[in-house]
Amino acid sequence: MIPSDKLPPPADVWNAFTSNVTGPDGMLAAARGTIIRLAFALGVAVVVGTLIGFAMAASIVVQRSIGTLMTALQSLPSIAWLPLAIVWFGPTERAVMFVVFIAGVPAVAIATATSIRQVQPLFTRAARTMGASGWTLQRTVVLPACVPGYWSGLQQAWAVAWRALLAAEIIRIGAARGLGHLLEASTSAENISLIIAIMGVIVVIGLAIDTFFSVVDRRIRRKRGLLVPA
Amino acid sequence: MSEHARPLWLVPDAEASPTKLSCQGVSKAFTTGSGAVVEALRDVSFEVGAGEFVCLIGPSGCGKSTILNLLAGLEHPDAGEVLLDGRPITEPGPDRALLFQDPALFPWLSVRGNVEYALKLRGTPSAELRDTAEHWLQRVHLFPFADLQPHELSGGMRHRAALARALACRPQVLLADEPFGALDAQMREILQVELQQVWSELGNTFVFVTHNIREATFLADRVILLSARPGRPIEEYRITTPRPRRFDDVLLRTVVLDIHERLSKEVERAAGEEGLRPDLA
Repeated sequence: MIPSDKLPPPADVWNAFTSNVTGPDGMLAAARGTIIRLAFALGVAVVVGTLIGFAMAASIVVQRSIGTLMTALQSLPSIAWLPLAIVWFGPTERAVMFVVFIAGVPAVAIATATSIRQVQPLFTRAARTMGASGWTLQRTVVLPACVPGYWSGLQQAWAVAWRALLAAEIIRIGAARGLGHLLEASTSAENISLIIAIMGVIVVIGLAIDTFFSVVDRRIRRKRGLLVPA
Repeated sequence: MSEHARPLWLVPDAEASPTKLSCQGVSKAFTTGSGAVVEALRDVSFEVGAGEFVCLIGPSGCGKSTILNLLAGLEHPDAGEVLLDGRPITEPGPDRALLFQDPALFPWLSVRGNVEYALKLRGTPSAELRDTAEHWLQRVHLFPFADLQPHELSGGMRHRAALARALACRPQVLLADEPFGALDAQMREILQVELQQVWSELGNTFVFVTHNIREATFLADRVILLSARPGRPIEEYRITTPRPRRFDDVLLRTVVLDIHERLSKEVERAAGEEGLRPDLA
């Protein structure tokens, strides 16, 4: 189905990889650009999403209005924001950031609100009978109790943001080079070995970040006895 | 049964201690998810003296837990008054510690951390936290396990930790809602003995809800038997057997049988009222 000249052998892919690691157009620089973008845009999305999530959990009015909006946003593929982002910000760094941000916020907000609402009433009742109330109750019981759910939400959010970021980069917006830009450039150059090598790098970085989230998640769950022994 | 023919344990105590807790004409109803109104308590009145150990016992669903939640201040009566030292109870407070059937330990804190949590709420200076927590853990024989997480403890040890945490609040009143209900018989007995010992030393007022008659007679100064829903006190048993008590105490066994008979009658009566034949219920 795929003509053999369009499917390079692994050795060619490896060569394409090793000869394109360093340099200003190399994969190292591109990966760095992509990860910095991700960290910045996702960081802002986490802060904003968490605040929205708190508001959703605290108020049924916010839950019904903003919460519904968040669910609606989640059903919209984040790349669909790109045309609007380009109209608003031009094909700039801000447009990329905006798309990543808008991808991450609903996941974080919904996970925050859900994890707060799922805090066992038993814990809050126990704390109240010991004299905790108001902000003390929120800080000492609700916040620590919702950590496992919240962390799962972050794990989801990063994956959504990562996909949105690469999609935006492939459409060649943003100033600095990223892996998506590199992918697009090698496509124009019909450098098939390099295309596959870059895809491999994207997968490896994705796995690495996901492993980080999973390791922390397991630590949280093991400490609380929530980990079913395998 | 006429008053003078009543057995000794049904005769009211002449010298009662000053009233600590009291329910005056308390009624409480709930609306279920399907919209039906369930009357949990109707016109319940009883008093608990300072330092007294009272067990509430009754058919399942008779509103025992509701009474505890009212005393804890987690719920409010529809009618009547719930008083602590003569003042209405409006909200939960550390003067009334509540033990649940689930130990309700915080899984993100160690055993020591759970006890320290209660101490911090009391405003214990941070320099004293560690020593004071250890004191209470020693009291329930958990000190060697202080640095474990709650899930690493056995069921019985978790209940001891919950007791240590409750005691660390230095409550005037301890409320317990079938705290040992989910444990096996041996562990239950061990904890009952330990609880009796701790209570004898500290002398808190104790209201203990259980469906286990043996447990109630073993622990209590007074057992209050509640009717089927809507619950209200229908009988009181005063247990004067000196402590430390033994499970094989003859008088206690007699009281157990007596309560059992009275409770069975009540269950049959309630089943009859609901149009069920008791032998099928």
